[in-house]
Amino acid sequence: MSVVAEYRPGTSLVHRAPAGLKLAVLAGLGIALVVAGGWWPSLVALAAVVGGYALAGFGARTVLGQVRQLLWVALLLAVAQLLLTGWRAAVGVVGALVTLVLAAGLVSLTTTMTELTDVLLWLLRPLERLGAPIERLALLLSLSVRSVPVIASLAAQVRDAQRARGLTASPRAFAVPLLVRSLRHAHALGEALLARGLDD
Amino acid sequence: MPLIEVVEVSHSYPQTTGRRQVLTGVSVTLSEHRIGVIGANGSGKSTFARLLNGLVLPDTGEVRVDGNDTRRRGRAVRRLVGFCFTDPDAQIVMPTVREDLVFGLRRRGLPGGEIAARVDRALADFGLAEHAHHPAHLLSGGQKQLLALASVLITDPALLIMDEPTTLLDLRNAAAVGEVVADLGQQVILLTHHLELLSGFDRVLVFDEGRIVCDDQPEAASTFYRQLMA
Repeated sequence: MSVVAEYRPGTSLVHRAPAGLKLAVLAGLGIALVVAGGWWPSLVALAAVVGGYALAGFGARTVLGQVRQLLWVALLLAVAQLLLTGWRAAVGVVGALVTLVLAAGLVSLTTTMTELTDVLLWLLRPLERLGAPIERLALLLSLSVRSVPVIASLAAQVRDAQRARGLTASPRAFAVPLLVRSLRHAHALGEALLARGLDD
Repeated sequence: MPLIEVVEVSHSYPQTTGRRQVLTGVSVTLSEHRIGVIGANGSGKSTFARLLNGLVLPDTGEVRVDGNDTRRRGRAVRRLVGFCFTDPDAQIVMPTVREDLVFGLRRRGLPGGEIAARVDRALADFGLAEHAHHPAHLLSGGQKQLLALASVLITDPALLIMDEPTTLLDLRNAAAVGEVVADLGQQVILLTHHLELLSGFDRVLVFDEGRIVCDDQPEAASTFYRQLMA
């Protein structure tokens, strides 16, 4: 599973909701959880977000898959909060963290990158008057998401090459070829963007 | 078909000590429908291809596509010339198949309805309809190359340059890409090591050490190339 939740097509109410609305709800939820705090608002918000997954047609497996990515962070945070401030704070903080990660995941799962970049372009539009390259910033977002699986694949190739040559795990022997391959990929991607009219 | 004129072109790349000459005094005029380019690795054929859409500008000499000098009218040239690279992963820029097809059309400012119609047609033509909303990285190698090709062709270039598009593919996928190329109405310049793909081409150039050393029909050029490599 990628660290960025991948869009899954669908026709649910959540899928059809405007991307701007989904991002606004996500931002509002984050602010509300920080301002309101407490254990029960976190649990109510968590239940609402899990309900959103059900509404979008995703099952428990998808929800758990999203949570699994921050399992260790959540556990460490929960233990620290339990020891330092008690169970209410632990539930409140960990609940808010899990809720927000799940909510962000739900937005990614139900919104295409084109829709997200359109919202980003709209938000950045005022900066265009100041000369900010807003289309490039939006493209940067798309390329970042697109590059995650590519770099993961390059890393797997480097690991396989190390194993094939009987090399033990060495950060340097892993990082240097990965960096070289990533730079080569970046160069090729730049050429492709130019060929597809990026500078036109 | 666009007329491609390459006039006394030389090009070199910087290296640790001095520069490495990759093309020397290349002159050729191309107007045929399907043109093949073959040569050993490092023979200069990839640089030659990149000169034709302005990705690389010549140190000396001139390259004109349909009368547009790549140095002065790069934008016009790139609208005429589509370029398909060896590694599809390096040219698919959007996360999903449909979004990548949409990318080039949106940059050209086409209306939404026309974009949707063109994308639907391309998805059907390239057998990608059932993968439209799938993440591009989950496609097979052949499907990725077909997507890369579709993403270039959807903008309707007059000339398509393909730099070893089948090198990373197995025989079945290479054949699938070959079939697509064979049916194209556009002018095509295909760089390849798979000589069988050049069957039926109008003209084949053989590069060696930065020069065109043979310019002939596919069979004669392939024979020349095999002897050169022997």
